[in-house]
Amino acid sequence: MNQQNLPLFEVFIRSNRGLDHRHVGSLHAEDPAQAMDYARDVYLRRSEGVSIWVVRSSDITASQESDVESFLDPMDDKPYRHATHYKLPKEVDNM
Amino acid sequence: MSDQTKALQDYCIALGDDSLTLGHRLSEWCSNGPFLEEDLALTNVSLDFIGRARMFYGYAAELDDEGRSEDDFAYLRDCREYRNFLINELPNGDFAFTMARQLMVDTYDMGFFEGLAKSSDPTLAAIAAKAIKESRYHLRRSQDWIIRLGDGTAESHERTQNAFNELWAYSAEFFETSVAEQQLVDAGIAVDRTALKDDWMTGMQTILKQATLDIPTHDWAIGGGRDGQHTEHLGFLLAELQFLQRAYPGQQW
Repeated sequence: MNQQNLPLFEVFIRSNRGLDHRHVGSLHAEDPAQAMDYARDVYLRRSEGVSIWVVRSSDITASQESDVESFLDPMDDKPYRHATHYKLPKEVDNM
Repeated sequence: MSDQTKALQDYCIALGDDSLTLGHRLSEWCSNGPFLEEDLALTNVSLDFIGRARMFYGYAAELDDEGRSEDDFAYLRDCREYRNFLINELPNGDFAFTMARQLMVDTYDMGFFEGLAKSSDPTLAAIAAKAIKESRYHLRRSQDWIIRLGDGTAESHERTQNAFNELWAYSAEFFETSVAEQQLVDAGIAVDRTALKDDWMTGMQTILKQATLDIPTHDWAIGGGRDGQHTEHLGFLLAELQFLQRAYPGQQW
């Protein structure tokens, strides 16, 4: 089998009940069902988790490094969006 | 040692031999798998079988009155003393051959260990309960692969069909019971393997049909593994498996 032709999947593991799923890596598989089996074999060999999500990497829409200037940087100079920007009235004291 | 204890020990050793030989064969895929993910998956399955071998040999050692250990059973017996089914010792062949064998063995194992989980012997029942969980996953994998390969390209279909044609005769051994084993069956300890055949056949037919493969129709059968009569391949397998303990007796990690 030519691995170049196998789609890539991203793997998310929830390590414990009550925690969030976290991205742990990626793997190649034919389809989601096989990706799930391989995620179990590749990422849960030492009982690292209680639940697995797999998602086709191509289904993820990601922000682009090249967009940073217009997309993320403008947020850096808007301190008034942070609660710490505002002086509290004496009556309120500490929040 | 009573006759029944001896029969029980032989039974454990044979089951350990099945697991160890197949586990060793699967371990040979390590670093040779078709791609990284499948390489890891195959070796995980291999480790399940080797772990199973340790449990059976461990129990055989408990029953032993000569003080032999699980290592003695694994490393210091020669071909004629091994009692595994021949199918487990066959070389891996191509990936289709390996997965075809897995489907046959995993389908058999599910039925067998479900039976063994009801054994009146609590140790065997406990080993079986653990093995069922593993085999359920093994079977899911082998079913999935056989359907992919059989219903895949012309080449994968042909290779998989050839594999089943070659392996089919080895399934006869799954369902043959020896006299000593029959006594354990009567005592509620061992599994009546003759009764597993219909379910096994149904399971195989279902998957092979989905995989657009044919059930081989030839009716020749081969056996002898449970009597210590093996193919020429087991000697080479044991030579590699046992080399270290033979060259450096008692060597430990």
